[in-house]
Amino acid sequence: MTLTALIALLSHWRRKPGQLATLIIGLGLATALWTSVQAINAEARASYDEASATLGGGTVMVLTAADGRIPVSTWSRLRRDGWAASPVIEGELIAGDERFVLRGVEPLSAPAGEAALAPGDQALGLAFLTAPGLLLTAPESVEQLSTLNGLPPVEASAAVARSEIITDIAVAARLLGRGDQVDAVLVDTRARTGQTPLDQLVPELERRTGSSNGEVAQLTGSFHLNLTAFGFLSFAVGLFIVYAAIGLAFEQRRATLRTLRALGTPVWSIMAALIIEALALALLAGAIGVVLGYVVASALLPGVAATLRGLYGASVSGALAVRPEWWVSGFAIAVLGALAATALSIRRAATLPLLASAQPRAWALASARRFVQQAVIALTLLLIAAIIPQLFSGIIAGFALLACLLVGAAVILPPALAAVLHVGQRFARGPISEWFLADTRQQLPGLSLALMALMLALATNIGVGTMVSSFRLTFEGWLDQRLAAELYVTTSDEAQSEQVRQWLEPRADAVLPIWNADTEIAGRPGEVYGVIDHATYRDNWPLLTATDDAWDLIATGQGVLVNEQSWRSLGLNLGDAVELGAGAPLILVGVYSDYGNPNAQAIIGLDALTTRYGADVSRLRYGLRLAAEDVAALTQALQAEFDLPANGVIDQASIKAFSLAVFERTFAVTAALNVLTLSVAAFAMFASLLTLASMRLPQLAPVWALGLSRASLAKLELLRAGVLAMLTWLIALPTGLMLAWVLLSVVNVEAFGWRLPMHLFPLDWLILAALAVLAALIAALLPARSLIKRPPREFLQIFAQER
Amino acid sequence: MLLTVDRLEKSFGEGAARQAVLHGVSLSLEAGESLAITGESGSGKSTLLHLIGLLDRPDAGEIRLKGELISALDEAGRAARRRDTIGLVFQQFNLVPSLTVAGNLALQARLAKTHDPAWIATLAERLGLTDYLARYPEQLSGGQQQRVAVGRALATRPALLLADEPTGNLDENTTQDVLALMLELCRDSGTALVMATHSQAAAKQLTRHEHLTGGKLS
Repeated sequence: MTLTALIALLSHWRRKPGQLATLIIGLGLATALWTSVQAINAEARASYDEASATLGGGTVMVLTAADGRIPVSTWSRLRRDGWAASPVIEGELIAGDERFVLRGVEPLSAPAGEAALAPGDQALGLAFLTAPGLLLTAPESVEQLSTLNGLPPVEASAAVARSEIITDIAVAARLLGRGDQVDAVLVDTRARTGQTPLDQLVPELERRTGSSNGEVAQLTGSFHLNLTAFGFLSFAVGLFIVYAAIGLAFEQRRATLRTLRALGTPVWSIMAALIIEALALALLAGAIGVVLGYVVASALLPGVAATLRGLYGASVSGALAVRPEWWVSGFAIAVLGALAATALSIRRAATLPLLASAQPRAWALASARRFVQQAVIALTLLLIAAIIPQLFSGIIAGFALLACLLVGAAVILPPALAAVLHVGQRFARGPISEWFLADTRQQLPGLSLALMALMLALATNIGVGTMVSSFRLTFEGWLDQRLAAELYVTTSDEAQSEQVRQWLEPRADAVLPIWNADTEIAGRPGEVYGVIDHATYRDNWPLLTATDDAWDLIATGQGVLVNEQSWRSLGLNLGDAVELGAGAPLILVGVYSDYGNPNAQAIIGLDALTTRYGADVSRLRYGLRLAAEDVAALTQALQAEFDLPANGVIDQASIKAFSLAVFERTFAVTAALNVLTLSVAAFAMFASLLTLASMRLPQLAPVWALGLSRASLAKLELLRAGVLAMLTWLIALPTGLMLAWVLLSVVNVEAFGWRLPMHLFPLDWLILAALAVLAALIAALLPARSLIKRPPREFLQIFAQER
Repeated sequence: MLLTVDRLEKSFGEGAARQAVLHGVSLSLEAGESLAITGESGSGKSTLLHLIGLLDRPDAGEIRLKGELISALDEAGRAARRRDTIGLVFQQFNLVPSLTVAGNLALQARLAKTHDPAWIATLAERLGLTDYLARYPEQLSGGQQQRVAVGRALATRPALLLADEPTGNLDENTTQDVLALMLELCRDSGTALVMATHSQAAAKQLTRHEHLTGGKLS
């Protein structure tokens, strides 16, 4: 019986393939966007876990030195004592606009988890160990690295993350200009009898286990939460399509449902048939969505991997694996979405009166009372959104605020549009404009879901666009300030550093040491830089707040500047004493913006730095001030004179280009999701207009009979779509700007630790308005065209039928 | 006795707007008998058929079918009797637009699990629908659609066929055509018929005729 009812219900889709396609595409797209975000997050999590496992999942300990360098002799001492220890060198290598992490390992003693070394591959093993060495990198990075001169042969390995290079430790030491020092030693903690305990053997080294990789997961948590929120928003927009399509299908099948009931089909049987239908559609759309999601995620993942490396230094594989967690999640959300969208139809089917006269457009006759209810709900949500920041803080509160704001704005859209049209009716002159406005108002219930989807997509576009553009503008200004030196030099060791410094003194206008030490800032791990007293800093350094005599106090070693994220998270005020690991606390004299750095950082006078941290200070880098026209010549001279490490001399323009490239990649995912969401909303509009068009005849036939041609009616349909899109944009604009404010002032502060000034981009808004109207016109074009081509016989039939 | 209706009462509306439609209507029907109920518009013909067809509940009174008190059945029981024992033909045809003629003809029989392809083929042939089995309702004329509705209702070989103004939307010739077929098929399958109609001419073709006025049969 249920099967017969199901067949009768499913036969509807055979007669309405376009509507079925709308439903499946809508649910498929929504699932795809959600799945792609889940796949990216799952891949990132797997990479963090893998990194943790590589460190032995707790059995391997990482030994590091406070100053960042461990002599090779220390490693030898561990080996001689019987410890299974393996040295590691890590550094950066820049190729074009890509920054690689170069990791040097000792293959014979490396932990078993180092899959990239492909144990058992003799040929690879020999090439890896013998001169000139071998660089292993991700397949997509091979070409880029091959263009660099002076590098050993490059080989692809799927096990290496994008933007990562694995090589023999000796090769890495040579490329990074390291002498007989390594960055860390990996030690198997399972001690054997007779071994000296590590705290006695190497007391000078710090020990941490693989579990500290949790810090990466913690740091990147906000980023993944951002992605998840965006994925969910995209899913919600997609769900509007599904809800609209299922709602319309219910109205079209109302008579069939009533007939089935009259013929003796029990209510439970009809409900079961509707649920089975929803599940079948969900599984079909879910499968399409998961496959599409995989494609989208594969396209976005390299960008996300670069973002995570750029922002947090987290290593994520650029290749996407098919993981059960995200495809199961994709199917689950498709099923849940379909059931949620069907729930109302199922409830209405269950309570459908057997004898009520058929009202094919009953849903369109939404009363003014319903609009009032919607307005009350919307205003309540907007009020909650206004209260949240006063009472709560944190990333979850930020997203709750966003949810209330967006849902509130979406729910208020139909009553707001109805009110605007109502006012318009009062001022309308002439019968056609009066009919047009009244008819548009009557169309609102049928179009409201699509318009809400469009509004959400437009608001998101405005909000995220404003956030990204504001960030870009701020970031570019910040780079100009922060990268004031014309040339940046990195030396191999301290001896070379001193030689380079002496050589540069007479050849540059100023040599600014970029020396630093790893230490604790107010009890948190961080790095302290030392600066000399120079106009470069006084004129350019991007201070957010500072005392009048900040640079004087820095120069005399009495003051300290901290970066914005430390300032916010530590709750510091100017004048507070800041503990800097060694020596007496210094007075906080200023705060500088430091975008893209997740760690605590501080700046003190150079002399204070060397006095406090002595041998722990890394003295390898310099910024050079000189005339722009001298940069090329000095670069060549420096490279000819000294055996500097790869990328040892970089000019300001290259660093800026690199930084901006990282920035663009950081928001490439956001931009892609933005465009996809807007496309989904445009599709929702198209689907709703197309379905409504087939049900519009009873409204249009009388006007046609009164003398309005089909072409005029079609033009009015186009005008209606354009007007509604424009009005929707008008409501999306303030919503989007509020969204931008929340992202810049609440979410970013919580997620990244920095607050950004909000800039306005009216030209972008106008372009978006034009796009929205264009999308609506394109969506209305097909229904309008079919209206023109509709034979008059069909109009006449309206009068022949009893309705 | 196949059908017994005893002192049926039915009102619509609330409070002062409450309007009594049926005032203690009683009737009975033997198997294979056909009864025409005539009356003015709004006299309660359709309401009476809805109550007998278990599409609505009476305020008072009893309806027995084959001796069973069907007016007291719960929702599931009412659906089961509609499906298995009663056939319904409506003025508006009420076909499923997305099913073909063949699908519509077999629909109720499939629901009742009494699907007999040979019988349905016979019905299709006698109703002149054999050439239209693959068509959809919208591709048929009004008379053809009503013949599909009659075939669907008789596909389960119901004990009772209820027809509410079955020819109300049809022209004179088609009315005669559909009516003759319906009566012939009912007679051949031993199905009792209760038909509401405002046409005296149509009513005269049935074995019995009752007139409904002021909520009572006369």
